[in-house]
Amino acid sequence: MALLTFKGGVHPDDGKSLAKDKAIVEVNPKGDLVYPVSQHIGAPASPIVEVGERVLKGQKIAEAGGFVSAPVYSSVSGTVKAIEPHLNPTGATVNCIVVENDGEYEEVEYKPAKPLEEMAKEDILNAIGEAGVVGMGGAGFPTRVKLSPKEPDKIDYIIANCAECEPYITADYRRMIETPEKIVGGMKTVLKLFDNAKGIFGVEDNKPDCIEKLRELTKDEPRMEVMALKTKYPQGGERQLIYATTGRAINSAMLPADAGCVVDNVETMINIYQAVAEGRPSIDRVVTVSGDAVNEPGNFKVLFGTNQAELIEAAGGFKEEPEKVISGGPMMGFSMFTLDVPVTKTNSSILCLTKDEVAKYEPTACINCGRCVDACPSRLIPSRLADYAEHHDEEAFAKQDGLECMECGSCSYVCPAKRPLKQSIGSMRKIAMANRKKK
Amino acid sequence: MENNIKMSSSPHIRSKVTSANIMLCVTIALLPASAFGVWNFGLPAFIMLLSTTVSAVLTEYIYEKLMHRKVTINDFSAVVTGLLLGLNMPASAPWWMGALGSVFGILVVKQLFGGLGQNFMNPALGARCFLLISFTGQMTTFIYDGVTGPTPLAMLKNGQSVDSMEMLVGTIPGTIGETSVIAIIIGAIFLILIGAIDLRIPGTYIVTFVIFIGIFGQFSNANVGFFDVQYITAHLCGGGLMLGAWFMATDYVTSPITKRGQIVYGALLGILTGLFRLFGGSAEGVSYAIIISNLFVPLIEKVTLPKPFGKGGEK
Repeated sequence: MALLTFKGGVHPDDGKSLAKDKAIVEVNPKGDLVYPVSQHIGAPASPIVEVGERVLKGQKIAEAGGFVSAPVYSSVSGTVKAIEPHLNPTGATVNCIVVENDGEYEEVEYKPAKPLEEMAKEDILNAIGEAGVVGMGGAGFPTRVKLSPKEPDKIDYIIANCAECEPYITADYRRMIETPEKIVGGMKTVLKLFDNAKGIFGVEDNKPDCIEKLRELTKDEPRMEVMALKTKYPQGGERQLIYATTGRAINSAMLPADAGCVVDNVETMINIYQAVAEGRPSIDRVVTVSGDAVNEPGNFKVLFGTNQAELIEAAGGFKEEPEKVISGGPMMGFSMFTLDVPVTKTNSSILCLTKDEVAKYEPTACINCGRCVDACPSRLIPSRLADYAEHHDEEAFAKQDGLECMECGSCSYVCPAKRPLKQSIGSMRKIAMANRKKK
Repeated sequence: MENNIKMSSSPHIRSKVTSANIMLCVTIALLPASAFGVWNFGLPAFIMLLSTTVSAVLTEYIYEKLMHRKVTINDFSAVVTGLLLGLNMPASAPWWMGALGSVFGILVVKQLFGGLGQNFMNPALGARCFLLISFTGQMTTFIYDGVTGPTPLAMLKNGQSVDSMEMLVGTIPGTIGETSVIAIIIGAIFLILIGAIDLRIPGTYIVTFVIFIGIFGQFSNANVGFFDVQYITAHLCGGGLMLGAWFMATDYVTSPITKRGQIVYGALLGILTGLFRLFGGSAEGVSYAIIISNLFVPLIEKVTLPKPFGKGGEK
């Protein structure tokens, strides 16, 4: 059988060999911990601690600010030093709770509400919501909300996004190698919420060891299946993953639930498991630190709020001064101008590159070669959309389905004229969406 | 570290393929046909190719300098235009005629419409048609082995028989680069292997042309049957079909960007070429078929826009 996949996409050098074989190392923060109250999509959390108050590791310090929101927990024991705006990895300045680490890691005792077998669906959802679990693949959508679709009986597939298609990042890979039982546990938990659903693990075939491990663990689980996917970027894009594993196609106006699917990534599955089975809040995650500018690329288990500069130290510091620092992967991550920002729930990686490939090339005229059309997984014509965007022709942009773009960046990657296609299209999408909201 | 950091929108990596690489590859792919042309027609062919290529590059350079634009000659696109025009010239035409064509192609067809990527017509073919109209005699006189004679295609049109083997190898009269099917195919295979072109346009073009000639050949030439293999082979190997299908119809700038559009475009080329060759005044038809089809590209694209993923489009 041909490998499951989608049409379009690109094959960048994956750079994963830098950190692939480095076991996850725990990092204990030295400096203050900074917890943004907004690490998710939705209403910011509201602080429930005061400056000067002592907090424990695992203690809730901010309450969810609404249904679409998530609480925030302290990841160390110490004293609340300030509640003030602080720069975030995204470049935005967000209100943050700053905790001075006392180095004792005095921890709240975690206890699951009930054993999983005895839990009602509502109990599971509450445990997940209460633990502050959000989509940790990058979007940060509160998981409790995602797991509460209008008609849960119509969900046919729960898909664990184990594709990890972004180059360099190996955090999910290490999780699958080191604690696959937690991922399967997360899947088991989510399947309890959806009686008619089947659980699918979608893994790119460049990780045969993970496929084998997951298959071994799920061989007695009739409701679970491990599917090998073709290694191609953006295989882990939600729409591409759903199509590859189920053959269902959704557009930008639809949610996965409209096609009977719920997708959660590896780290999220693990946090779901920990929240429900262990009663443990979401306070840490695995982050890959990689790139040719760091001495010892690796995978680190990091407490949220840890300063990112400390992660570079953990990776042996800089070998060479980086020209580009990226939060996330090189295809969809964003460049950062400083490392003086905290690790948040959605940081999968810090990538430090000695050479910036974007600056190396100067954009030239489009030669209409159509490589962007071949690469576009949404079947758009990126070069034309970018033209409309550059001419502020919102009408033509919308008419040719510019809003369907998911900003995967495949077009910019392949463009031989080195045009910043995704950048132009992305900016126009934001304008068009903002104007739609106004109407 | 802050001082060195560069900021930009994602993606932060780029493929190594550049427009200049692609154009350089097209130039390399044209070398077998060029070399064969020089071997077949001798020194005048070499002088012609040199003249068209150098003047194309010079025209682009001078125009961009005068207009205070960024000089783009190192993207190799002017080299490709010049070389292609040269390959479309008879070796017996004076070198200055080729140079004049290059100036027209680069200046009028390409630069006045905005330079690379903006021209709606293939510059080399625009130039060739300009020369065909201006110097019809010299552009359609083919001297081979010191003898002025008709091309196999013209003989075919007059109902004479031709040697397909010679046409395949290319030891026949014609323009410098069009005669050797083998040399052209070697270049085309190279371009397909490196992914610079695909079979969509040339494949549809050739298949449509074969069907057209197969059906309508008998109406043009009484000695020809329905799907006459010899007649079709001669048409495939004769004239500018191969050079046009593989190197000029596939020009990115002047062909549709949509996949379905490329099929429509190829089919249109096949029908037009067949019409011109069988029922037109001249034995040749490829150049006109391509530049006329170039004009239909915006329309073709408009009606062949793909449907997006998840909205009923191809998955």
